Amino acid sequence: MSKPAARPSPPVSDEVRQTTCYMCACRCGINVHLDGGKVKYIEGNRDHPVNRGVLCAKGSAGVMQHLSPARLRAPLRRTGPRGSGQFEEISWDEAYAIAEGWLRPLRETAPERLAFFTGRDQSQSFTGLWAQAFGTPNYAAHGGFCSVNMAAAGIYTLGGAFWEFGQPDWERTKLLLLFGVAEDHDSNPIKIGLGQLKERGARVIGINPIRTGYNAIADDWFGITPGTDGLFIGALIHELLRAGKIDLDYLARYTNAPFLVNAEPGHEDEGLFLRDADGKALVRDRATGALCPFDTPGLRADLAADLRHEGVRHRSALSLLADAYLSDRYAPETVAPTCGIEAGRIRALAAELARVAFEEEIVVEQPWTDWKGERHDRMIGRPVSMHAMRGISAHSNGFQTCRALHILQILLGSVEVPGGFRFKPPYPKPVEAHPRPHGTARPGQPLDGPHLGYPLGPEDLLIDDEGKALRIDKAFTWEHPLSAHGLMHMVISNAHAGDPYRIDTLFLYMANMAWNSSMNTAETMAMLTDTDENGDYVIPHIIYSDAYASEMVAYADLILPDTTYLERHDCISLLDRPICEADAAADAIRWPVVEPDRDVKGFQTALVELGARLGLPGFVNDDGTAKYRDYADYIVNHERRPGIGPLAGWRGPDGEAQGRGAPNPDQLRRYIENGGFWIAHIPEEARFYKPWNAAYQDWAVKIGLFDAAQPFVFNLYAEPLRRFQRAAEGHGDIQPPEHLRARIRTAFTPIPEWYPPYEETAVDPDAFPLHALTQRPMHMYHSWGSQNAWLRQITNAHKLYLPAEVWEAEGFREGDWAYVTSAHGRIKVPVARMDALNGKTLWTWNAIGKRRGAWALDPDAPEATRGFLLNHLIGELLPPRGDGMRWANSDPVTGQAAWFDLRVKVEKAPPGPPTEPAFPPLSSPVGRGPAIVRFGEEFK
Amino acid sequence: MTSLPTTTERKLGLVIDLDTCVGCHACVVACKGWNTVADDGAPLSDVDAYGPDPVGTFLNRVHSFEVTPDDGGAARVVHFPRSCLHCEDAPCVTVCPTGASFKRAEDGIVLVNEDDCMGCGLCAWACPYGARELDLAAGVMKKCTLCVDRIYNENLPDADRVPACVRTCPAGARHFGDLGDPESEVSRLVAARDGMALMPECGTKPVNRYLPPRPRDVTSDERLDDAAEGSDRPSGFLGWLDRMLEAL
Repeated sequence: MSKPAARPSPPVSDEVRQTTCYMCACRCGINVHLDGGKVKYIEGNRDHPVNRGVLCAKGSAGVMQHLSPARLRAPLRRTGPRGSGQFEEISWDEAYAIAEGWLRPLRETAPERLAFFTGRDQSQSFTGLWAQAFGTPNYAAHGGFCSVNMAAAGIYTLGGAFWEFGQPDWERTKLLLLFGVAEDHDSNPIKIGLGQLKERGARVIGINPIRTGYNAIADDWFGITPGTDGLFIGALIHELLRAGKIDLDYLARYTNAPFLVNAEPGHEDEGLFLRDADGKALVRDRATGALCPFDTPGLRADLAADLRHEGVRHRSALSLLADAYLSDRYAPETVAPTCGIEAGRIRALAAELARVAFEEEIVVEQPWTDWKGERHDRMIGRPVSMHAMRGISAHSNGFQTCRALHILQILLGSVEVPGGFRFKPPYPKPVEAHPRPHGTARPGQPLDGPHLGYPLGPEDLLIDDEGKALRIDKAFTWEHPLSAHGLMHMVISNAHAGDPYRIDTLFLYMANMAWNSSMNTAETMAMLTDTDENGDYVIPHIIYSDAYASEMVAYADLILPDTTYLERHDCISLLDRPICEADAAADAIRWPVVEPDRDVKGFQTALVELGARLGLPGFVNDDGTAKYRDYADYIVNHERRPGIGPLAGWRGPDGEAQGRGAPNPDQLRRYIENGGFWIAHIPEEARFYKPWNAAYQDWAVKIGLFDAAQPFVFNLYAEPLRRFQRAAEGHGDIQPPEHLRARIRTAFTPIPEWYPPYEETAVDPDAFPLHALTQRPMHMYHSWGSQNAWLRQITNAHKLYLPAEVWEAEGFREGDWAYVTSAHGRIKVPVARMDALNGKTLWTWNAIGKRRGAWALDPDAPEATRGFLLNHLIGELLPPRGDGMRWANSDPVTGQAAWFDLRVKVEKAPPGPPTEPAFPPLSSPVGRGPAIVRFGEEFK
Repeated sequence: MTSLPTTTERKLGLVIDLDTCVGCHACVVACKGWNTVADDGAPLSDVDAYGPDPVGTFLNRVHSFEVTPDDGGAARVVHFPRSCLHCEDAPCVTVCPTGASFKRAEDGIVLVNEDDCMGCGLCAWACPYGARELDLAAGVMKKCTLCVDRIYNENLPDADRVPACVRTCPAGARHFGDLGDPESEVSRLVAARDGMALMPECGTKPVNRYLPPRPRDVTSDERLDDAAEGSDRPSGFLGWLDRMLEAL
């Protein structure tokens, strides 16, 4: 390089192609710069609604993922024993023939013997459709081990939840509470939003045992003890109720707070709403004293009602809620020691919430009309917002904790108002408008409906007449009735145990179940390789699709190699997990900005082909020929309902229709021309009060989010939960098994009641006095980051962080190693001290520890010798109670994996690597990465 | 010995907000991605890229450390991005035996002319901030260029003529501008937020500034009054509720 010109203007690239990132689940828009047909540089797309030009470390390192040495190159057939990593490359025709040979007989005789689970899939509306057409009830993605508590509590309470369902009103909020949020899926929007708040001087409060990342920049930090957030939130509600700092007008108009609940002890309908002949819930009109349907125009709903109707006592839902939360159980002084937070700080936070909500209200001068026809002059906002994620949801009391958080938001009147928490289309949508689960398999037939849904009562469970589970993961059974995302973490364990039945083929996509995505990793590997008395594998066939040589690859019999995210078609669909904003509906595509240089196919294209070979309905024409050429063809031409397809933009023959319209063969080109996404802004009058705003409801119908207006009120009191609780009390025909009655009575309270996490009550707290957690580094996405030459240099080894109290009590010193023991297992790990940490909590980064030989890394890479998983300490089952039952380590309501219930003890270990348990290295089907990377040389 | 300009027309540099930086490393990787493919100069190599001891060249790194206040308050974590500060009195330039390191008179950017760099490493030794990295594969010194090939680049839209780290920062914690102009946005930000020079005692007169974290964990004894005083209904709350509903 000679001395550069004073104002150099080198050419940047030959061409920029705009697509959607897939370095995590955030789905930002990216500009991919190409030079000579090769990917040169990736930056954020400034026009994109998700990231508005910025891009995180993962996104910026996309080129190294695209060029990863761990990329699979061709379909693979296992040649060595399962778990060895020994394979031979085969052709796609051979691969399809093997898969077809296993799957066709299953479909014809017992479709449920296929279990198809799709991990961190972003195409669930498609993979779910395929599984439905095949006819197996055994389909879900990874929500059950991720954040179903957050999603389900949101749907049952508000008709939507956080992340892709909703967001804080970043522009207007004055106070943001973050509960249990480390790095989130909504990675860049949260960072952009926090930056906006900081710039405006708005306050951010972090409630988290660990003060990293977002919590590090929070103005105030509550280092709460894990699993106690429900108590903490309860104490805030206690304070607000005690002081009368709740939004009565909002509660009366927009929630079921005035609904009349049967309060007659022992009555058959105790705990259910008083309804009219049409089934509509009744409230008392304070003006007339009459009982009227809750949606009667001009009504003054009585929030304090306590009356006798036909001799039976009925009370308003709000008064029952007040009874529950005004109890001394939730007094700040009572919860303080359990939560590890001083009572005075809880009181001060409640006062701050009340002050900002009620004394700093904001007004948007925008008239609007509600669904009853009442015109409002302006939009009044309570500028308090909240966001939460896995920290509060990955507990066995997580569902009710998430519900309690939503109740706190509702009481403050801060949902769907300016400055508060706002939904993103197609949410909110009342729980009644969501599907119910379906699970009836019939030979040669598609399933009787969509797999996943939201039960409203015991009649919606997927159990047979004997109460036996229809699904392999036991979703929608009495063990976890509202398991809306399934229980991926139970599939291998249940299939191995033959409980509730044996399966033939396990078909997984993008889920590293032989490593970091399973609880109880070592035993999971043993289950995958276990043989029966004939020497046959207990799980006879395993098909896996992944783009990279992950740990799970070694445990499959047949590998369908996926592409990288720059080589594939995808749609980020309104039918699925869209990229909408609070002010707009939006969807997006991925498209092959470069063609693969290996014999690989996008997994969805492989499924299209497999579906056609198997003759699945919806995948073949009447004459039996393939209906779709590939996934791109499906994206454009599939119609879910007439005029509604995977993509909402540029529909109709001329491409001018939005939302509704006939398929447009030119649709993908239009997306590409527009930077890979489509966006439709919500009219001004429709932007807030979405569940009750007539203009929003009309707009939503117009663009096809739903087919008829569906206004609804928020559920302070959750009647569906009460229906399960009643059954546990002995009411109704569908009864839980005896051993679950007590637990359902406790966990299904229609008003959230905190109970201690299950592991805590199952183990001796003196033997295992500490909590142990993981957080995801901002520059890694689960297992994917370590194959990335740039990202792994930021973190390739990690330590277990110990709070000062534990560090000093055990006499640890820098460089020490420790044994960490739970009721389930023991690991040996390097440790370090951290003071910005709850005093009873240990933690480490997840996503770093790797199995030797995986990911094209050197077997002596620090990820393998010093990296580790906490998973070995976490059982998918709770410790045995001596009752012969297998109790899942999951939330009793939703089945969410209770990762964060973990209790441990820690003691000094002999220093030095390797971490334990250590496993023999895997053979690598792709070899190892090069010694030196000089990326960029080819462009000089 | 290489000499420094006595003054520069502008003092281009970065202002980094430590109150807002979440430590996500986006700037680290965007910098690497842009500069490894830069038109001139050797790639930023990664030696032992997939092995036990990977060592790559990065022009910007983020360090995270804990601070425990003396008053016994809660410990904090600070994320601290570190790159060349484009010092006015840059010791890395004056120590350079070949003239490869130089500071530009027009905008104050400190650069390395790789053709003249013999990889002796004296400049890295002289820099008190550890901001220079010798590329192990190419044997030449690498450092932040403030993306000199972006900020004037007529092939980029105006909005993109900022360093890659600034363009990508999700939290908006990085700002770029002329710190020699007291009216510039970055200078105003520094004035408003008490922006700091890093280790001024070294006498290098760094151009970049850091905005310190705002006060955290300010305790409050705020407490809500009881609304239900004097109510004769059970639990107090219901009496209050009744009164409020009557008044609505």
